[in-house]
Amino acid sequence: MSRPELRDYHAPVWHEPVIMELSHPGRRGQIFPPPEPAVTATVGSAEDLVPKPMRRKDAPALPELSEPEVQRHYLKLSQQTLGMMNISLFGTCTMKYNPRACEEAARHLRHVHPLQHEETLQGILQIIHDFDLILRELSGMDQFIFQAGGGADAAYTHCVVTRAYHQSRGELEQRNEIVTSIQAHPCNAATAAASGFKVVTLMLEDNGYPSTEALKAAVSNRTAALMVGNPDDMGIYNPAIKDWVGIVHAAGGLCFYDHANFNGVMGKLRASELGFDACMYMLHKTFGAPKGGGGPAVGAYGCTAALAPFLPGPVVTMEGSRYRLDEERPLAAGKVREFYGNVPQILKAYGWARAMGAAGIDQASDLSVLANNYMDRKLAEIGGLSRSNPDNRQWRMEMTRWSLGKLKEDTGIGTVEVANRMADYGIDPWWMSHEPWVVPEPFTPEAGEMYSKEDIDTWVDVIARIVREAYETPDLVRTAPHRQAIRKIKGDVLDDPARWAMTWRAYRRKHRR
Amino acid sequence: MLLKTNEPQAHPWMANSTAEIQQAMLAAIGARSIAELFEQIPADHRLRRPLDLPPALVSEAELSRHLVETLRRNRTGAECLSFLGAGCWPHHVPAVVDEIVGRTEFLTPVWGSPQSDHGRNQAWFEFNSQLGELLDMEVVQLPVYSWGCAAGHAIRMASRITGRHEVLLPRVSDPERLSVIRTYCEPREMPRHIDLVPVDSDAAGELDLADLRRKISQRTAAVYFENPSYLGMIESKGAEIAALAQASGAQLIVGADPLSLGILKAPVQYGADIAVGPTQPLGVHMNAGGGVGGYIASRDEERYVREYNGFLVSITETEREGEHGFALASSHQTSYGMREAGKDWTGNSVYLWAIAAAVYMALLGPCGFREIGQLIIARSHYAARRIGTIDGVRLPFESGFFKEFVVDFDATGSTVAEINRRLREEHAIFGGKDLSKELPELGQSALFCVTELHTAADIDRLVAALTEVLS
Repeated sequence: MSRPELRDYHAPVWHEPVIMELSHPGRRGQIFPPPEPAVTATVGSAEDLVPKPMRRKDAPALPELSEPEVQRHYLKLSQQTLGMMNISLFGTCTMKYNPRACEEAARHLRHVHPLQHEETLQGILQIIHDFDLILRELSGMDQFIFQAGGGADAAYTHCVVTRAYHQSRGELEQRNEIVTSIQAHPCNAATAAASGFKVVTLMLEDNGYPSTEALKAAVSNRTAALMVGNPDDMGIYNPAIKDWVGIVHAAGGLCFYDHANFNGVMGKLRASELGFDACMYMLHKTFGAPKGGGGPAVGAYGCTAALAPFLPGPVVTMEGSRYRLDEERPLAAGKVREFYGNVPQILKAYGWARAMGAAGIDQASDLSVLANNYMDRKLAEIGGLSRSNPDNRQWRMEMTRWSLGKLKEDTGIGTVEVANRMADYGIDPWWMSHEPWVVPEPFTPEAGEMYSKEDIDTWVDVIARIVREAYETPDLVRTAPHRQAIRKIKGDVLDDPARWAMTWRAYRRKHRR
Repeated sequence: MLLKTNEPQAHPWMANSTAEIQQAMLAAIGARSIAELFEQIPADHRLRRPLDLPPALVSEAELSRHLVETLRRNRTGAECLSFLGAGCWPHHVPAVVDEIVGRTEFLTPVWGSPQSDHGRNQAWFEFNSQLGELLDMEVVQLPVYSWGCAAGHAIRMASRITGRHEVLLPRVSDPERLSVIRTYCEPREMPRHIDLVPVDSDAAGELDLADLRRKISQRTAAVYFENPSYLGMIESKGAEIAALAQASGAQLIVGADPLSLGILKAPVQYGADIAVGPTQPLGVHMNAGGGVGGYIASRDEERYVREYNGFLVSITETEREGEHGFALASSHQTSYGMREAGKDWTGNSVYLWAIAAAVYMALLGPCGFREIGQLIIARSHYAARRIGTIDGVRLPFESGFFKEFVVDFDATGSTVAEINRRLREEHAIFGGKDLSKELPELGQSALFCVTELHTAADIDRLVAALTEVLS
C-alpha cells in the first residue's frame, strides 16, 4: 500500500487577541434573572444582605462580550492547539483512544452530588466497585481507591499510607527514609519529600538499573518504603525486582510499584507476584480516559489486605446486594483530596476495560511492545540518533529512550529544536525526558496500541526528514517552527521577575505603562 | 474484496490488531513471534494464566447500553431537587462551556510546545487573568486538585516563607477539607510538621477575635479562614484579622468562593497575602465530586512566586515583532525540574477545568458576577427565612451568609437523617448535609445550599415538604 508524501501542514493562524482586548462595555454573555418579587419582599435588597465592611466597591475588570463572541474566541483557541489531531507518540504518557461512547455515558454524572445518600448512588458505586475488581485481577492487589487526582497524587497517597502504617507500629520517627531510583519519575522523590521523608536515590549502572548491592547498602531500619517503576522509561526491565522487594521487606519497609509504564506488561505480570505491597495505575493513560491537557486525571491506588486499613476513606464496599461508601476506618490515613475521585474518569476507564476484555488488554500490551520495537528498528536506520544503553541488545518494552547526542555534536541541533520542528509536519512534539537527562538530548517515543503501522511509518519519516534538514539546512530547524499559529517564543521573560506576567493585569502594569 | 469470516476479529480501537499487519511488523524487525519480544521478563515474574475479567463488550452498542443501564440506578440532581453543597455545589454550566471543554483538541492531548499548543496556553493565561481580576491579584497558578489541596499547598508556602510551623484555622471547618489540610501539614513525627491550632467561632458564627488574639504568636506561620465560611457565614472582620496576622509576622491565607466575588470584597482588599478557593463553581459540573479543583493566587512578589508548586503561565514575546505567546514561568522550582528539592510536587491536575473556568468567566463578565452573587445571597436568605417559619425549626444564624446556611431541627424531635430520608423517598428532595455527627454542638442541624438554580418556587416546594415531614 502506498502512503502519501509528508504533508505540508500549517496550523490555523487567527492572531486571536487576549480576551480582555475583545471587551466592549455593556455586552453580556449570560444573564441571571433578578430575585423574584416574593424573595425581595421577604429579604429586601440583595446589596443590604452583605455586611457593610465586606461589600465590594469596584467591579472586577472582566471582559464584556456577547455569547457567540466568547464561543468563537475559544473555538479559535482550540483550533490553535494541535492537540493529538494527528499523531502523538508522547512517551511515558501512553497516548490512546478515548472512547466517545464513554464520554457520552459520563454526561449522566454531571448532576450527581458526592454527598448524596448511598441509596441514590447505587449505579456509580457499582461501577466503582466492579472496576476495583478488574484492577485487583490485573494487579493481584486486594483493594483500590480512586481519590488521588493523578499519578503523582497516587505516589503521594502511598507516602501518606506509609506514614499511617509505620505510625500504627510506633516506628514512623525511626523509619524516615524512602528509597527510589534516579530513573523513577520525579513525583516519587518529590512526594516522599513533601510528606516528610528523606529521599535516598539510587544511581544507574551500565545495564540500565541500579545494582542490587546499591539497594542493599541504602536499606536499613530507617527505610520506610521503596518507590520504583519497572520497566523504566528506557524500556528496560529490572530482572532483579523480586530480590529488591525481598531486601526491602526484610528490613521492614513497604514496596510501592509505580505502574506508570503498565501498558507494556498488562496481562503479563502482576504487582502481587513480584511481592509489592501497593501499586498505582493512571486511568488517564493506560485505561483510556482522556488526559485533558493535564487532568482531571486519576491515580488508582491499590494495596494488599495488610495495608488496606490505612487507605484514606471513603472506600467503596459491597454488603449483600448494596454498595456502600465506607468512612468508618479508624486506622485510615487522612484524605489526599476531597470526596472519592474524578468519578467520570473512573467510569470511562471502566468502559474501556469492559470493551477491551481480558484478551483485548493482553493484545494491547502485545501490540504496544511490537510497535515500539518496530519503531526502534526504523529509527535505528536514521543517522545521528542512538538508543540508550546501546550494549543492551534485548527487545525493549513499550517505549525506548533515544538520544540525539551525535546530531547535536554534528549540527548543533538538539531535541528541543527537533521537537519544535515536528509541529510543522502536524506531529505533536515528542516527550524528551524527565529530569535528570541520563542521556544527552533525549527523546522518548511510545507508539501504544492505537496508532497504525502507517502512522508509525509517517512519524519516523518526519524524524528522518528533520534530521536531514539538521544536516543540510540547520537554520531551518534552529528557527523552527515556521508553520504554527505563532513563531518561536522568547523565553528570557519567563524567569525575570521584572518582566514575567502571569495575568493580563500584571502584563499591563509591567509592559504597557 | 472478499470477507473472511474465520479470522480473529480486529478490535476497533487497535489499528494493528490484524494478523497480517503483525506479521509484516515482525518480519520487518526479524522476530518470529510477539512473545519473543518480552524476553526481558524472567519466567518466574510472569502471570501463568490468562486474566479473568468479565466478558468483553466490544460492540459499542452493547457497551453503551450496559453503562447507561447501570448508571440509571442512580438518582441525580437532574430529577430531584437537591440542597446539597459543602465543597461541591449545583450551579448553571453554560452550554458553550460544555462545547469548548468537549473539543478534542482540549480534551484528549497531554502536552506539546508553546507553539503547537498556543491556543491552549492562551486559554490557560485567560483563566489566570480573569480570576486575577476577580481576586484583584496579579499572580494566579493553574488549579491544583481541589480547594483542600490549594489550602494545604498555601499553608506549606507560608511555612517556608516564614520559617514557622503553626497554622491557626477555624475550629468549625469542612471535615473533608480539614482532613486534606491535616494530611498536607504532616504528622508530628515528621521534622517539618505544621501544627494545626483551632480558633473558636463567636456567637455570630464568625471567627472569635479574642480567641485568635490569645493563640496568635511569633510561632504562627499563617492564619487561614474562609469567606464565606464552611457554614456559609460572611466574615465581616477580615481587616482586623489581617492586622493581627501582620502584627505577628504571619501570612494571611483566605479561602473564597469565586462566585461570591461580584458582591463580596476580594481577600486582598482586606489584607490577604494568599488567596485560595474552589474552581468548580466556575462552570464545572459536580460530576459526583469529580468536578472539584482549587486555585492559589498572590501578589506578584518574587518571594511568593518562587514558592508555587505548579504551573504559572506567563505571556511572553515571540520572534515575530508584536506577537504574543504563552509559556511556563519560574518553572525550574517544580518537582519536574528539581525532584525532591522542588516545591512540594506537581503532576496532572485539573487543567481542563481551567479552560472551563476561563470560558465561564468570559461569559459572565462583571455584570454576570454581580447578578449571580445577588441572586444567590437573596434566595439563600429567602430559603432560610421561609424554613425558619416551620414549627420547631430554628436558624442559629438568621442573616449574613452566602449560598449556605445552617438549619437546626433539634426542637422538632426528628433527626436530620430521618427528615432527609422522608424528603428523599416521599418528595424527591435531597435535604441539606447532615451536620449532627461532625458538629454535635449544633444538635440535629443540616447545612442547606441554595444557588441561582433554586427558584422561589423550588424553595416553596421544599418548605411545603419539610412542613409535611415535620407535622
